[in-house]
Amino acid sequence: MAAGVAAWLPFARAAAIGWMPVANCPMPLAPADKNKRQDELIVLNVSGRRFQTWRTTLERYPDTLLGSTEKEFFFNEDTKEYFFDRDPEVFRCVLNFYRTGKLHYPRYECISAYDDELAFYGILPEIIGDCCYEEYKDRKRENAERLMDDNDSENNQESVPSLSFRQTMWRAFENPHTSTLALVFYYVTGFFIAVSVITNVVETVPCGTVPGSKELPCGERYSVAFFCLDTACVMIFTVEYLLRLFAAPSRYRFVRSVMSIIDVVAIMPYYIGLVMTNNEDVSGAFVTLRVFRVFRIFKFSRHSQGLRILGYTLKSCASELGFLLFSLTMAIIIFATVMFYAEKGSSASKFTSIPASFWYTIVTMTTLGYGDMVPKTIAGKIFGSICSLSGVLVIALPVPVIVSNFSRIYHQNQRADKRRAQKKARLARIRVAKTGSSNAYLHSKRNGLLTEALELMGTPEEEHMGKSTSLIESQHHHLLHCLEKTTNHEFIDEQMFEQNCMESSMQNYPSTRSPSLSSHPGLTTTCCSRRSKKTTHLPNSNLPATRLRSMQELSTIHIQGSEQPSLTTSRSSLNLKADDGLRPNCKTSQITTAIISIPTPPALTPEGESRPPPASPGPNTNIPSIASNVVKVSAL
Amino acid sequence: MNLEGLEMVAVLVVLALFVKVLEQFGLFEPVSLEDEVSLALMCRARPEGLEQLQEQTKFTRKELQVLYRGFKNECPSGIVNEENFKQIYSQFFPQGDSSTYATFLFNAFDTNHDGSVSFEDFVAGLSVILRGTIDDRLNWAFNLYDLNKDGCITKEEMLDIMKSIYDMMGKYTYPALREEAPREHVESFFQKMDRNKDGVVTIEEFIESCQKDENIMRSMQLFDNVI
Repeated sequence: MAAGVAAWLPFARAAAIGWMPVANCPMPLAPADKNKRQDELIVLNVSGRRFQTWRTTLERYPDTLLGSTEKEFFFNEDTKEYFFDRDPEVFRCVLNFYRTGKLHYPRYECISAYDDELAFYGILPEIIGDCCYEEYKDRKRENAERLMDDNDSENNQESVPSLSFRQTMWRAFENPHTSTLALVFYYVTGFFIAVSVITNVVETVPCGTVPGSKELPCGERYSVAFFCLDTACVMIFTVEYLLRLFAAPSRYRFVRSVMSIIDVVAIMPYYIGLVMTNNEDVSGAFVTLRVFRVFRIFKFSRHSQGLRILGYTLKSCASELGFLLFSLTMAIIIFATVMFYAEKGSSASKFTSIPASFWYTIVTMTTLGYGDMVPKTIAGKIFGSICSLSGVLVIALPVPVIVSNFSRIYHQNQRADKRRAQKKARLARIRVAKTGSSNAYLHSKRNGLLTEALELMGTPEEEHMGKSTSLIESQHHHLLHCLEKTTNHEFIDEQMFEQNCMESSMQNYPSTRSPSLSSHPGLTTTCCSRRSKKTTHLPNSNLPATRLRSMQELSTIHIQGSEQPSLTTSRSSLNLKADDGLRPNCKTSQITTAIISIPTPPALTPEGESRPPPASPGPNTNIPSIASNVVKVSAL
Repeated sequence: MNLEGLEMVAVLVVLALFVKVLEQFGLFEPVSLEDEVSLALMCRARPEGLEQLQEQTKFTRKELQVLYRGFKNECPSGIVNEENFKQIYSQFFPQGDSSTYATFLFNAFDTNHDGSVSFEDFVAGLSVILRGTIDDRLNWAFNLYDLNKDGCITKEEMLDIMKSIYDMMGKYTYPALREEAPREHVESFFQKMDRNKDGVVTIEEFIESCQKDENIMRSMQLFDNVI
């Protein structure tokens, strides 16, 4: 529950009036307001600047310094105020957090100073409000990176002796500046990539004529030399690839990475060429394979940071480029169709089909205008001119937009990822807060009720048991308890719910909580005990003759007052047979607390088994009616 | 001039572009719609004075001060609309869905049915619930249940209310909530309250039956100590 709406708790409790007439069970006692203090102003003196606020404002967050008794350490008896020798600027934000429930991060503050202050006041930075959270995280990350960079540059001076040979090799590959050997390797591979690319190019240049035959490309003239060069390059590349494969920390991930695929594609043609014979049929395919050798140029991207960034931005811009392509395609199809039909009439028209007109449209829209296809009819010329005008707009306009989109999308992508991660974190926080508050209720239900029970029993030494919850929390829990009573169902947490669902084939429920109750005398039987609906599959055969049958009943136990001291320690957890139903009995005159308990076999009393409808001992209780097969809310 | 079909189309397209260009130069006035001016009315309300509220309600001065401070904290504009109301109320019930019940509450607090609850409405309602007699409180509860304010509660109205209460429990309950649970609860409620078995519960039947029920009487006394 957000502390800001604590002030509305009286209203929420008043609104519970709507539940009272329909409730079938009596309501639990309201928590007593033991020390009803008037709300008072307290003065906080932070390095001379005085802040004043209500005491209840600070008590909204009892697990921080200001909300707990920890601030008493700072109380100055002479001036009757709390003195903190800290930064008053940041304190302003801290105090606003108590007032509004939202913690803000001021941009002018240094991040580490702010973190220190938050740590002092016991406030977790994760509750910074969404308006300032992004900024806070950014600054924190920058700071952390700066620290890390400083550490790294320090570390780089020293030698790190404890790396294995494999790890040193990997480090050498990834970071050529770590050692001279790595640097040498880096330059050698770069050189050979360049050599390989240049040989591929030069291979095709016509090299002058050999007397007695036509002009040959250099590749065929000096085929041996080129073959040797190619072999050498491929040797180097293969060795490099194998070394990287060996050194990679995760071989599987390395094999799947883009760079390694490029490496493989670059050297494959050579090996395939070695293997294949000089057959006429496959030589066509062989030639195609040679095209893939050009991929060696992409190996440069390991050497160039800029290429990598370009590749990344293209990838991130893909949707924009895709849209541009799509709209272009639409325009091309439209204009090609129109041109085809416009030029259909004219004789000897080059526009023989719509796909043939595609060429004209593309050439015109990109303002190339080769002139190999021109329209001859008037309609064709009109539409052709419209086509070229719109081409200018369609092509020329988005290009600067895409260029500016590069930087925008690049940053935005990063921010979108950040926001997605933060959104997940934010949802997790909200979920944690929700489960925290509902878990707090369940937890305090178990603890607090025990305490109340013991108080009623008159054992004052147990009062300190359990966490002391604030008045607001106890009132909130009382409200939820009233709702449970109204609907005759109880709040449980998710895991228990799952367990209950799986327990339709009733096994022994592991009792985790009953031992704590077994020692209390005077526990009597029930009110509002309900049975889960019996389903058809009762594995009665599982538990042959134990007292605890397959169907158990979770019941609530009422702790009655001390005027019935002679009650036996019986619990109405019943080993009911298959077609017994228990009618919940709500007519007890004492309204007290209720506890969910699951009985263990040894704790069962013999009387629990014998009678199908249990009689609740005690003079004030009604005799339950005839058991029926259906679960029923108790009729009054 | 012999214009064929497609050439006709081409000429029409050219004419259309021409008209568009002229429009750009402002020579043709296109028909423009009036811009809808949407006034975001900032609803603000200031409550009556403290003395008047003291007269109208049964709260002391200090209690009114505390109530108003809390009210203003969540609703700085001074009035609550339904969305706000639902959002505030849902913070108390993290496990379930309290929006339907909050709507019914809102309609009960909003006595003049103008879609917003001012501080006077708020305090008037609270005064009845927290400081009124038991009969007043029962009256208020009846008013809450009677959704269409016609003086009697039908089974459908009660079923809506019951479902909204059960919705607040959420999914994770023990025992697991079944579909028929609200309906059964309504049946038992009508059995208890509807004296003449005519299918509706009037205000007299309601108050009479509640006064006979010890549990209800006792639970009504719980509200004495809320503030």
